[in-house]
Amino acid sequence: MDDELMPNEVHTRSAIGCSNLSVSFGDTAVLAGVSLNVPTGQWLSIIGPNGAGKSTLLRALVGLGNYSGEVTRFGQTIAGTTARDRAKQVAFVPQTQIIPPGMPVLDYVLLGRNPWMSSLARESASDLTIAEASLIGVDALHLAHRLMDELSGGERQRVVVARAIAQEAPLLLLDEPNTSLDIGHQQELLELIDERRRAVSLTVIMTLHDLSLAGQYADRLVLMNRGAIVADGTAADVLQPDLLTEVYQANVQILTGEDGEILVVPRRRPCSPIEPIPNQATPNQATANQPLPN
Amino acid sequence: MTAAPVGLVSRRQNRASLASWLLAGVGLVAAITVVSVLIGPSSIPAGSALREVIDRLTPGTVDSELSTIQKSIVWDIRFPRILLGLLVGGLLASSGAAYQGVFRNPLADPYLLGIAAGAGFGATLMIVTGLGDGQGILDPVRIAAFAGALVAVALTYTVGVLGDRNRSTVSLILAGVAVASFFTALQTFVQQADSATISRVYLWILGSLTTSGWSEVGALAPYAAFTIVTLSMLSRQMDLLGVGDEEATSLGLNVRRTRLAIIVIASLATAAAVAVSGLIAFVGLIIPHTVRLLAGSSYRVIVPVSFLFGAAFLMGCDLIARNAMSPAEIPIGVVTAFFGAPFFILILRTTKMH
Repeated sequence: MDDELMPNEVHTRSAIGCSNLSVSFGDTAVLAGVSLNVPTGQWLSIIGPNGAGKSTLLRALVGLGNYSGEVTRFGQTIAGTTARDRAKQVAFVPQTQIIPPGMPVLDYVLLGRNPWMSSLARESASDLTIAEASLIGVDALHLAHRLMDELSGGERQRVVVARAIAQEAPLLLLDEPNTSLDIGHQQELLELIDERRRAVSLTVIMTLHDLSLAGQYADRLVLMNRGAIVADGTAADVLQPDLLTEVYQANVQILTGEDGEILVVPRRRPCSPIEPIPNQATPNQATANQPLPN
Repeated sequence: MTAAPVGLVSRRQNRASLASWLLAGVGLVAAITVVSVLIGPSSIPAGSALREVIDRLTPGTVDSELSTIQKSIVWDIRFPRILLGLLVGGLLASSGAAYQGVFRNPLADPYLLGIAAGAGFGATLMIVTGLGDGQGILDPVRIAAFAGALVAVALTYTVGVLGDRNRSTVSLILAGVAVASFFTALQTFVQQADSATISRVYLWILGSLTTSGWSEVGALAPYAAFTIVTLSMLSRQMDLLGVGDEEATSLGLNVRRTRLAIIVIASLATAAAVAVSGLIAFVGLIIPHTVRLLAGSSYRVIVPVSFLFGAAFLMGCDLIARNAMSPAEIPIGVVTAFFGAPFFILILRTTKMH
């Protein structure tokens, strides 16, 4: 393959991309011809309502599921490549992980070394060093001897990210990594990923529900609705009240924080005050025993 | 990077744990072998029996002072039967471990994909038609059981994979249930057609470690060697399968090919064991499960340790089967279930579930 690049193309070189990507479950089109290009080193967050196709797009970019269209990595199609070659390029953190019962944390992180090991080999000392460094990177080395199924949600999520880091792939794809984390742990996890990204120039793509966090951490937002991309740009471009109201059917207010960050705040719809119910203190004995109308 | 060698210590601990469990397994197998040589229905002095085995293994070192018939009982009847128990128990338990790894299910056993029903049909067909007498390694009953087992598992795999684009394990398990029911129906139909052979069919199904000299051990030993080596090599992949098909794929594993390879190896092993010894129940289910509870969740430990513990368990059960109601023999399958079930419950209750 011709790998020569013009100097000014280096920074915009596509790390991962897709063209005309479609996925259907039965007659339902979940992705309808999505095309996307993510340059090296970018952090892209995919946002959109439930069922918009965010996870399906992410999984197709990993190479999972049945899709039509083309997925490319560093300018080359992934069609015909082995799972091992794909895993060397992309580390994936699914939304819900299957945790093997009784597996120690260190063994779990070492699973990330699989693409670099020959089929019948065992982990080498350098694999072990990389696994340890990955655990240090997510501040979880002290958990190395614990069992995965004994960790708290926040600890577990950090270890899963450590496994992805141990994979040493230039692309890191995460599906709703903040699910089931409290707000502090959400920020902690995103900071860890950002640190890692700056340290080894990762390209990061993640789906996120929290629009404020998505806007603050990502370089670029892609808003999806009904299997298609409806907006693509910076946080300021995409987080527009009218657009969000239309796509999410939500009532939000867009605020600007002290550092100029965009905050998307949900607001309750105005509603009429509750009418006082007559005779509330002394319910009628006769009607109280009546079956409730459905 | 301040990588304190915490992990290195941990991996060494893991290896030490594997080594100590292997040592325990070897010790257990050796101890039961010795006891089994000493005890038997025919009255041969225990010391002489042991000396005879030592003499045969290292010719000319000791003299057992036994008669020719007694020597033959020890070396051509008792000892091959002990080794057959070792091989069959090891094969069933290690292939059970492999099935549990492939299906991510601690309740999976070697008969999950219809092997038992297929083998049962093959054997029943030969017994009823009078083509085989169940003796000799190339007896039609054994060949038909082996073939029936492989046909059933191949059918299960074909139906399960064709029926599901995503090739999930659930469709394979369901296909296994369907194929097993189908072959059980055929087997029952053939069996009830001829009342004269029902008891022989029934005895075959309950399993037996009866040998005719060394031929069974000779036939099974290569399978056992091949199985334990290949399944141990694939045990890291079994650990990877533990995170689910999709995650394992994203970690670079060719899930379909790996699963097929493990199923083929474990099925061949099970078919070979079943063809020689009938449908011995429980070993392939409880031994790997027990090893998992005792020695941890990694298949690098579970697979080889299950072989040894399965071997020891079946040898122990056969010791009881031969001697408890001597000179009558209890079917081995009855003993494995009778002692296996309570033992399993005990393990479940006394071990902390992860």
